[in-house]
Amino acid sequence: MIFQPAIIALLLSSLLCIGLLLAATPFAIDLIRNWDLASGSERQLLRERRTYLLSTLLAFVFATQLLALLLFVFNADRMASLFVGAMCAVGTLQANAFGFPALLAQILVFFLAAVWLVINHVDTRAPDYPLLRTKYVLLLCLLPLLLAAALLQWRYFLALKADVITSCCGSLFSDATPGVTADLAAAPPLPTMIAFYLSLLLAGAAALLYRRWQRGGYLVALLSALAFAVTMAAILAFISLYVYEHPHHHCPFCVLKPDYSYQGYALYGPLFVGTAAGLGVGAVQAFASVPTLQSVVPVVAGRLAGLAAGMFAVVAVVASLIVLNSRLLLLAN
Amino acid sequence: MNVWIEKQKYLIDFTLASLARRKAKNLGLLLVYALIVFLLASVMLFTHALRQAANELLAGAPEVVLQRMVAGRHDLIPPGYLERIGRLRGVQEKQGRLWGYYYDPVVKANYTFMVADDRALAPGTLVVGAGLARTRGVAPGNLISFRAYSGKLFTFSIADILPAKSELVSADLVLLSEADFRAFFDIPPGHFTDITLRVANPLEVRNVAGKLAQQFPDSRPILREEILRTYDSIFSWREGVVLALATLALLAFAILAWEKASGLSADERREIGILKAIGWETGDVLRMKFWEGALLSLSAFLLGYLAAYVHVFHFAASLLAPVLKGWAVLYPRFELSPVIDGLQVTTLFFFTVFPYAAATLVPIWRVAITDPDAVMRG
Repeated sequence: MIFQPAIIALLLSSLLCIGLLLAATPFAIDLIRNWDLASGSERQLLRERRTYLLSTLLAFVFATQLLALLLFVFNADRMASLFVGAMCAVGTLQANAFGFPALLAQILVFFLAAVWLVINHVDTRAPDYPLLRTKYVLLLCLLPLLLAAALLQWRYFLALKADVITSCCGSLFSDATPGVTADLAAAPPLPTMIAFYLSLLLAGAAALLYRRWQRGGYLVALLSALAFAVTMAAILAFISLYVYEHPHHHCPFCVLKPDYSYQGYALYGPLFVGTAAGLGVGAVQAFASVPTLQSVVPVVAGRLAGLAAGMFAVVAVVASLIVLNSRLLLLAN
Repeated sequence: MNVWIEKQKYLIDFTLASLARRKAKNLGLLLVYALIVFLLASVMLFTHALRQAANELLAGAPEVVLQRMVAGRHDLIPPGYLERIGRLRGVQEKQGRLWGYYYDPVVKANYTFMVADDRALAPGTLVVGAGLARTRGVAPGNLISFRAYSGKLFTFSIADILPAKSELVSADLVLLSEADFRAFFDIPPGHFTDITLRVANPLEVRNVAGKLAQQFPDSRPILREEILRTYDSIFSWREGVVLALATLALLAFAILAWEKASGLSADERREIGILKAIGWETGDVLRMKFWEGALLSLSAFLLGYLAAYVHVFHFAASLLAPVLKGWAVLYPRFELSPVIDGLQVTTLFFFTVFPYAAATLVPIWRVAITDPDAVMRG
């Protein structure tokens, strides 16, 4: 089944990204080991020039990964019509054992890539490359994960068979089947709703406080991650119900379908961007004390915090609109 | 923020002027780029429109069709089958259908003869598809004769021609009354070609099919969703194969882009040398080159996509149709309704802009690190 346009595009891009990364690794190792800004040797000069290439190249690869997540989910949703029993992306992803691991790996890569891009951005703002080693060490740590994500994607797409009978989201996200998804789906709506708005409020408030007083950067990251988890749970527990106007349909993927006017993208888009920005605020805090970054970090992190707060507000507004416009009454009494 | 935007604006301004200074080279690249986008976008738009058309047309088809098999071949439904089905839970309506194929030696094409169940036709009259009417050159009121398989000659008058809108499925269709059909094909009363069942609840369709298969071991139920899935797979597969072949073209294009980006003229070298001498940093040159690539990519993308749109929806994809549609003597002539799909645009973007960007990364960097003195000294 790899002769699907979106699959070819995804495989092509993952192959190219991996190739670029592997080609960049020896240079990255050389930079980590021999970087010495004080030296005026020819080799050091060459290294300084190479950093331009490497950071551009990596920024390109990671930016591609951000887009690839969107394409992956979009494609999974669309391919549901090719499998017996599949109604949405869940069926496509469950068509073999590698579907959900591939998606989770891609989401992880998304956030780590976003954090790396933020660190890279901060680094290029300072005149003396203070985070150069950190950046490339992080790259070497990220490399196995990227390889694993690409491998999972390959295994997943190569093993896709049209004659597999897969299961529909109704069976995975129902409150009856045992498992963590079912526990989340069975969460009572009212407490989840309170937790949802509270977590978004806390994350947004922490981000705004950081923007105003440059304090609590780590807290912003922590609360953003928390808000992400709680929002995911909330989508399972009640937001999806309001979208489908059905008290037992908990699927977090059907919201992406055109039948529900793509409301999922309006919800997931800001959520992912906001969380990534919040994580970025925390990630650059470690470098706030570097002399040349003392003026850079607050500016960049302040902007990110503003973005995070704005995005969380959008998530809250979109979710509220979904609930208000729905004809489902979940909390009638 | 404003300073940043201003800076980018000046950079774009400068880049545009610099692109305009080398018109021939950049226009050539733009054209090739746009051509690649045009090719891929045509394939994607066309197959998507075909899929959409199949979906819309099949939306009204019956959920289940029951066919009787004899020795693995499709056979007539004998009398009594319709009654034996009885009452199946979930089935709203069941009906025997009469249809068959007829080879017309005049135009060397196969027609589909079918009894119209939704319109009453007077004996001796026909309603024909637009494709057939075109090939045989008939209009309403004309007479048309067919020699039946029994050897007898039948003459019908054309009562109507089916609307061109449904031509994708009705190009070769001939509708006639039940009495005429039975007489023409010598099918005794009570026999049918197959049985159709309407099932309102989509979740019940499989159960109904299971029960039918159990009750009539000599018959096979065919589900509408399976037909739809097959169409979907076939069109996607054809699209995928064409695109996989087109990746070779992409590779050639990437090599061209690499060459263009690395083969700098002495003029360009001097320009970058001067820029760096007057204070531009490597990062600035990279940014300028980034804008150059982005402007070129976007214009090529828009140009190619627009051209593909016009090609597919106004010129009926004349360049690609034979590969993607399939072929027949009585091929339907149909207008595709324009559909633009987010997934397609994203995929296309991955297919074209991504290889271009990847191919020009290293050459751009090579340009950006040029030493001013090395260039100016010549």
